[in-house]
Amino acid sequence: MKRILTGAAALALLAGPLAAQDETQVIGVSIPAATHGWAGGMNYFAQAAVERLEEAYPQLDFVLATASDPAKQVSDIEDMVATRGIDALVVLPFESEPLTGPVKAVADQGVWITVVDRGLSQPGIEDLYVAGDNPGFGRVSGEFMAQALPEGGQIVALRGIPTTIDNERVAGFEEAIAGSGIEVLAMEHGNWNRDNAFTVMQDFLSKYPQIDAVWASDDDMAVGALAAIEQAGRSDVKFVLGGAGMKEMIQRTQEGDPMIPANVTYPPAMIATAIEMTAVGLVSDAPVAGRFIIGSELVTPENAANYYYPDSPF
Amino acid sequence: MTTTARPGAARARPAINLHVLGPIVALLVLVIAGALMNPNFLSYANVTNVLARSAFIGIIAVGMTFVITAGGLDLSVGSMAAFIAGLMILVMNALVPSLGAGATTILAGMGVALLCGLLAGWINGILVTRMRIEAFIVTLGTMGIYRSLVTWVADGGTLSLDFALRDAYGPVYYGGLLGVSWPILVFLLVAILGEIAMRKTAFGRYCAAIGSNDRVARYSSVDVNRVRLLTYVGLGLLVGIATIMYVPRLGSASAATGVLWELEAIAAVIIGGTMLRGGFGRVWGTVVGVLILSLIGNLLNLTDWVSPYLNGAIQGVIIVLAVILQREQRPEG
Repeated sequence: MKRILTGAAALALLAGPLAAQDETQVIGVSIPAATHGWAGGMNYFAQAAVERLEEAYPQLDFVLATASDPAKQVSDIEDMVATRGIDALVVLPFESEPLTGPVKAVADQGVWITVVDRGLSQPGIEDLYVAGDNPGFGRVSGEFMAQALPEGGQIVALRGIPTTIDNERVAGFEEAIAGSGIEVLAMEHGNWNRDNAFTVMQDFLSKYPQIDAVWASDDDMAVGALAAIEQAGRSDVKFVLGGAGMKEMIQRTQEGDPMIPANVTYPPAMIATAIEMTAVGLVSDAPVAGRFIIGSELVTPENAANYYYPDSPF
Repeated sequence: MTTTARPGAARARPAINLHVLGPIVALLVLVIAGALMNPNFLSYANVTNVLARSAFIGIIAVGMTFVITAGGLDLSVGSMAAFIAGLMILVMNALVPSLGAGATTILAGMGVALLCGLLAGWINGILVTRMRIEAFIVTLGTMGIYRSLVTWVADGGTLSLDFALRDAYGPVYYGGLLGVSWPILVFLLVAILGEIAMRKTAFGRYCAAIGSNDRVARYSSVDVNRVRLLTYVGLGLLVGIATIMYVPRLGSASAATGVLWELEAIAAVIIGGTMLRGGFGRVWGTVVGVLILSLIGNLLNLTDWVSPYLNGAIQGVIIVLAVILQREQRPEG
């Protein structure tokens, strides 16, 4: 394995100056595969951005790879360096820890690194960091909840896959509802999955006779929770707050559905932002190094039209 | 209980046959624990929820019992269910303009599901029997294929059933007969037919014979390949039936549909007392195994006494305990 890695590095060193001479620059994009709704949207926006940029900048070439686990993603990145001699890498790490070392090795060869959404475990490796605002996602959700239930109330919450992302969101949410009189009856992991959310919500409904609202924290989970509430025929649940801006949910908010009064964005299109900025950095003198945090915004019936992307799968 | 005092036979045989009763004891313990911990546990709504959500895995696990009894394995059922669900939704959505959002379209969709299930099961079976490839490898391959195909047809997103169709099709999951919902009835019917097939028919005995020693079975003029093929085709058909019950629940299919169903089905079969290496199968045990698995999840949601991070650990412990309970009878392994 070590020998292969050294070989890859040597190849990359050879390929680097060659690529620079014929003036075609290669951007590698490595992202997780479309295993759930949000990732599906992210894949769509990544492909759309690559297509647009290849047209706009003939001097740029793109390599897009999707990985179904961290090990595959590491191999993808090694392959990109070894066989394509990439000049820049846009990576949305599957998990922070296992990707930190490999991405650092690429950075040490002088390749521009753009990290998206999930930060690496070691600071200072990336040149550009583009991410959503997870604590902000929780905070905006919590603030909406507090404002929608002015006299307080009892809510249940569905959490995502146990990760830092989920923890930051929940911490932001709990901070925002502190002192508002809202009581969180229970939180369980629905793993950002419709079926799991349906099952957990059914059990919440059996367990608690009075639930005022649900923080589903994700639109896939909101779909499952809504189906469970409808099945139970419960009228005590006033609304379900999802998140991430799935197009069907944005549409229902826009149409004024009282069960889905709002949404909180966590745009999968942030991958496009990252690719575009990386491309601009390569082809122009505009400085793009630094941190770019995309805010989580509250979607209401009034502004929903701005967040509706009919062509996206998410 | 005292042991029977017949000399010679007494040493190996306690009066309670834990091999038979193990899964039932585990199920009863869970039910009693649940009833003590939460008064809503035995409510009509909760019991219906748990049984209905067990139905998908349950229907599949009955078919899996035959495959495992005959010495095979099928890892592809979860992906297969997701792919069939995706195709079903595509076909039904495409038929709405011509056939309308009514019974004809839904029946056509069901037909597609059954046909795809049969075909997918047949492919697995042919590869295992005619091509003589290990079942583990064949179904590991088809597992990846179906999972990718559903992601591809859904374009990485989620396939959603037409809204008008959803209302027409919904009763298949949410409706029922005399207060018992359809998924539960179908599961019950499949389980009863499976139990009869395993115990009373030549097919069931052939499965057990092939699983314990396929060479001897062949010399005893059992058509080993045909019986093996039939177990995979039957499982495929049952995956189709499970999908028919699954699609009306949320009206959608995505790459996240049916993830790990294969392992849950296999776990249920083993908890129920079927031997993983084949040769002995018990359909009613599988049903108990499925109920144990979904009760654990239900109980963990209904109570607060364990961190949700530990749900998987609790499930693992209970699965292992349920299997340990029935090991007593076979000290020789």
